[in-house]
Amino acid sequence: MSLTPEIPVIPKIKLDSILNVISKGFHIDKRPLLNYRPIEVNKNVAPNADSSALVKLGHTQVLVGIKIDVGQPFPDNPEEGVLIVNAEYIPAASPSFEPGPPDENAIELARVIDRSLRESKAIALNKLVIIPGKKVWVIWLDIYVLDHDGNLLDASMIGSMLALAQLKIPYFEVDPVTGNVKVDKSMRITPLPINRYIATVTVYKIGDVLLVDPTAEEEAIASASLAISVSEEGNIVGMQKRGLGFFLEKEIEQAIEISLNKGKELIELMKKFAL
Amino acid sequence: MKPGKPQLIVNGKRIDGRGPRDLRQIKIEVGVLKNADGSALVEIGGTKVLAAVYGPREVVPRHQEQVDRAIIRCRYRMLSFSTLGERKSPAPTRREIELSKVIREALEPAVLSMQFPRAAIDIFVEVINADGGTRTAGITAASVALADAGIPMLDLVTAVAVGKVDGVIVLDLNEIEDMYGEADMPIAAMPSLKRITMIQLNGVLTPDEFKKALALALEGIDKIYQLQKEALRKKYVEIEE
Repeated sequence: MSLTPEIPVIPKIKLDSILNVISKGFHIDKRPLLNYRPIEVNKNVAPNADSSALVKLGHTQVLVGIKIDVGQPFPDNPEEGVLIVNAEYIPAASPSFEPGPPDENAIELARVIDRSLRESKAIALNKLVIIPGKKVWVIWLDIYVLDHDGNLLDASMIGSMLALAQLKIPYFEVDPVTGNVKVDKSMRITPLPINRYIATVTVYKIGDVLLVDPTAEEEAIASASLAISVSEEGNIVGMQKRGLGFFLEKEIEQAIEISLNKGKELIELMKKFAL
Repeated sequence: MKPGKPQLIVNGKRIDGRGPRDLRQIKIEVGVLKNADGSALVEIGGTKVLAAVYGPREVVPRHQEQVDRAIIRCRYRMLSFSTLGERKSPAPTRREIELSKVIREALEPAVLSMQFPRAAIDIFVEVINADGGTRTAGITAASVALADAGIPMLDLVTAVAVGKVDGVIVLDLNEIEDMYGEADMPIAAMPSLKRITMIQLNGVLTPDEFKKALALALEGIDKIYQLQKEALRKKYVEIEE
């Protein structure tokens, strides 16, 4: 069952000071409300993975790793490769995370990323077919939150996109008699075919102010958030409202404008990191 | 494009004969269960969803209690035989876990949970038959069930999906349109207060299409809202007589 999360107790004096700076147009770390924290990316941090990326967004750290294997396609999509996204909030990342299988927040995060990548056709899954209907490439994309200081979804999308952009498909041979696929992971030539970059920009609502990239402290007092995934062509490719609050129609329109602008910036940045 | 995709719009009509801005036939029944504090059954086209509400009641286990408000617990579930094709395993899927959260967060803004500290309000959404729009029917049913249980709310919550099929923005997608269409966007709102409490987009829309789709959804929501109020009124008129 999904239940109302415990709202963290924040001393009133702290709450007032946060609300005060936000009303003046700034985050508590003094950046303007619509600016992201510095973004840092380390590629190939787990060399045994087929691809990996560590994203630091301020103090938030997210590690994304990919394993690619040969497997069967989904029966309703026999002519496409498979992408499976999983996310876990590890207990090392925050005193409020507990060990155990992914909870509803982690499942939601993974599913929002999965839908945004899938619906936008960010990856050319149709080019990942080895034997139509029988053998395709299966991409396991796993997201681990290492340190939680707010805005995990945006950081996870940056990490996922960069890990995918780094991924090279291993060399393989199909045995013409048995149809078995022999894979040699020591040889990698073809990069994963990527159609377009996607960024997720989550717009948070604190009081009646809209902002992006809150710290964990700010995120805790946000009444609701709207995650908007945008493509490099400027289309909206995914959306999810989260939190106990609501949005007015006007606020949603503003949030979309913010995410289209910010998404463009993030995509440019990702392309730079991917080089 | 998915294999086996039928043509979804023929001569401006949809696969089930509706125009792009038409809702399916809707039926809302209130108080269908004896034991639950509130209950409702919503049928919209081939989709049939039952919602039951218990509470405010004591929180078990106690550690879930919150000192300043009632907690809302929500479970969305599809019955094992509710979908076409194979039997669905009764174990909760990732989709059901996500939707339980999404439905809870769609209803929370309307419920005055601060009035019942240390209590729990439990919402059970059971999909009896699935033909697209089960989460939105679930929200529509659950908010009527909450009202039927006498839980104070700022407004009812009403939900409907909009989407894009064969390039046309349409209201209230059925299963086939959801499966083969280009976009599906379920939306929930508190109609009188014009507050949007749930929005999910699964698919691709341009910013202009999004605007049109949102406006169409709010139009559909207003129509369903009237039916919700009518259904609630009808039950209490019957009681008076």
